[in-house]
Formats: sequence, structure tokens, C-alpha cells
Amino acid sequence: MSALPDRVVAGGAVRSLGRAVVFLFVAITRMRCTGFHVGETMRQVYYIGVRSLVIIMTGGLFVGLVLTLQTYDTLNRFGAGDAVSTVLALALFKELGPVLTAILFAGRAGTAIAAEIGLMKATEQLDALDLMAIDPMERIVQPRLLAAIIAVPLLTLIFNLMAILGGVLFGIVLMGIDSNVFWGNMQNSVGLYEDFASGILKSAFFGLIAGWMAVYYGWHCRPTGEGVALATTQTVIATAIAVLLLDFVLSALMM
Amino acid sequence: MKSNNQVEFAAGLFLLLGIAALVFLAIQATDTNGLKREGSYSIVAHFSNIGGLKTRSTVSMAGVRIGNVESIELDPDTLEARVVMKISEGFSDLPNDSSASVLTAGLLGDQYVGLEPGGSPEPLQDGDRILITNSAVVLEQLIGRYLFNTDGETTE
Repeated sequence: MSALPDRVVAGGAVRSLGRAVVFLFVAITRMRCTGFHVGETMRQVYYIGVRSLVIIMTGGLFVGLVLTLQTYDTLNRFGAGDAVSTVLALALFKELGPVLTAILFAGRAGTAIAAEIGLMKATEQLDALDLMAIDPMERIVQPRLLAAIIAVPLLTLIFNLMAILGGVLFGIVLMGIDSNVFWGNMQNSVGLYEDFASGILKSAFFGLIAGWMAVYYGWHCRPTGEGVALATTQTVIATAIAVLLLDFVLSALMM
Repeated sequence: MKSNNQVEFAAGLFLLLGIAALVFLAIQATDTNGLKREGSYSIVAHFSNIGGLKTRSTVSMAGVRIGNVESIELDPDTLEARVVMKISEGFSDLPNDSSASVLTAGLLGDQYVGLEPGGSPEPLQDGDRILITNSAVVLEQLIGRYLFNTDGETTE
């Protein structure tokens, strides 16, 4: 072992990336659709989806409000204040909705998943499951992964809805833009498939990323209190970086 | 921990809320013409210059929006722009001698196609071509003409 320190670091990063990919591969290939599986997935949808609603809804509303406020002010300097609904809807559906939801989700639910699995590992519950011939991969990891893929697009839709509501509140109610102009401009310029549906598809990928990072860091954390704390931090950082990187790649592909 | 029934009920409610958001946003906030294609018909017009007209630009008559531009291409024979417009089924009895012009909303606004009704009793059918068209006014040409009097009208 006479490798240079920086090569060791680079090797470690590549190795942990490979470990994460292998982990995801194993989790997906061991998937079986039993009745229990569906029920447990729905329970996880509740714990990570429904419980995230408060932050997603307030976040969405205020993003919509502030985005409308700022673009309306800027556009008005060019006499194009009516275009505010177009800017709001396009920015929201294509970028802000999926990305912000994924990052908020990582902070609210990803950390919870990582800490939960990490604590299960620290208290040897995963080993206990294994001894009882219950595959912890199938019992613990898969429902959470599936639930994240289901919950994140739904949360993105709700985030978008609340942000549009914020835009309506500021644009129509406070600034007095005609509601026909507001909705008409939006409908004229936002395509159902290329703008709206592609954003939702993107958010499903982000859901996979967020869920994957959370279960991976929880599963591979050191079984100590410190290890669990580190795993939750790494979940948020890894999700944020991966989502922002993947966002660029996916946006370029979907152009 | 809550009872299983409550958890499942809340998760189901969450799914319904997400689907409701999907339906609302898809219908209210986007151009849903892709879904209701049967509710419209196409007409064609040739322009020698369309200026800044784009697909999905508005088609209006008397200032009321009645459809949008579906596609724009260059006709290889006449070298004119061939504009296909989708008109809502509700406006199915436009006279077939109507004329189309490329107009601008305001001085620097978006360009749109304005239809001017004619007097013929025969309505426009799906796929019909509007024969009388006025091209877009290109501001640079207008200014050039004014500056250099290339019209020849005002020379004495």
C-alpha cells in the first residue's frame, strides 16, 4: 500500500460510487411484488410524503409569491408585466419545482430515512432481521426507495400548484393583472408535454436519487451515534449535488 | 405510531391530492391542444413574410382568440411561408373569403395572425387555404423606405 494520498482519496471516492451503484442494483434486482411490499410502500409514502406536505406547501407558496414579485417588477421596467405568468410557469415547471422539491425532500425525509436505517444498523436490528431469515434489503430498503420515487413527483405537483397559487395571489389579487390575460399567456406558452410533463419525469428521477442516497448512506453508515449523524449530513449533501448535476444533464437531454 | 388504517387513508388522500394537482395544472396552466385535437380544424395561409411569427402564436378575429399557429414551413415551390393554423371547432363558420394578416400586438409585442371576415356564405373547411393574405410589416424596411423614399411616391 504505497499509493499517494491523493490517489487513495480519489480511489475511495470512486469505490464509494461503485458501492452505491452496486447497492442500488441489488435493491432493484431483489424486488418482488408481494402484497406486503405494496402495503409497506404505501406506509412509507405516508411517512415520507404526507409528512413532507407542510414544508413543500409553504415552500411552494412563497417561492411562487417571491418569483412573481421579482419578475413582475423586472418585466414592468420593460413594459412587459403581462408576461409574468409565462415566466413563472416555465421557470417553475421546468426547473424550480423539481429541483427545490427534491432538495427540500432530502432535508425533510432523506435525513429521516438515513437516520432510521443507520439507527437500525447501530442497534443491530438489521442483523436480527437477517437471523430471522427476513431480507432487510426487501423489508427495509425497497419500500423506502419505491416510496421516494412515488412521493417526489407528487410533492413536485403540489409544490407547482402552490407556487402557481402564490403567483395568482400576487399577480391577480394584489397587482390587478386581468385573470384572463394571466391564464391565457400561461396557456399559450407552456406546452403540456415538452414543458410540464418533462418536469414531472425529471422529478421522478430526482425521487430515485433522493431515496437512493438516503438508503445508501443509512445502510453503509458506521454503527455509532457519530456515524449516524455523518450519514444524515452526507445524504443531504450528496442528494443536493447529484440533483443539481443530473438536472443539467436531463435538461440538456430533454431540450 | 398511528393505526394502519389512518396511515393508509392519509397516503391515499396524498395520492389523490397529487393527481388533482396534476389534472388542474395540466388543464389550467398548459396548452392542452395536444389532448383535444378533435375539437379543432386546420386552415392554411401563405405569406411572403411572417416576421417574428412562431408556432403557438395566437390566431384571432376581431381581437378574440380563436386558435393558434400549428406549424410554419417554407413552401419549396413558391418560396413563401406556409402557415398552418388550428381553429377551435366553435368557430366553424368563418367565410371562405376571409383574409389573414400578420399583425403585432403593440409596437414591440408578440406577432399574431389576425383574420378579417369576408362576405362569402360558404364556410372555411378543414384544410382550406386562405387566399388573401397580408405579410408582416418589417420595421426596418418601413424605416428604410421612409428615410430613402424608395417608394417613388413623394418625389417631385
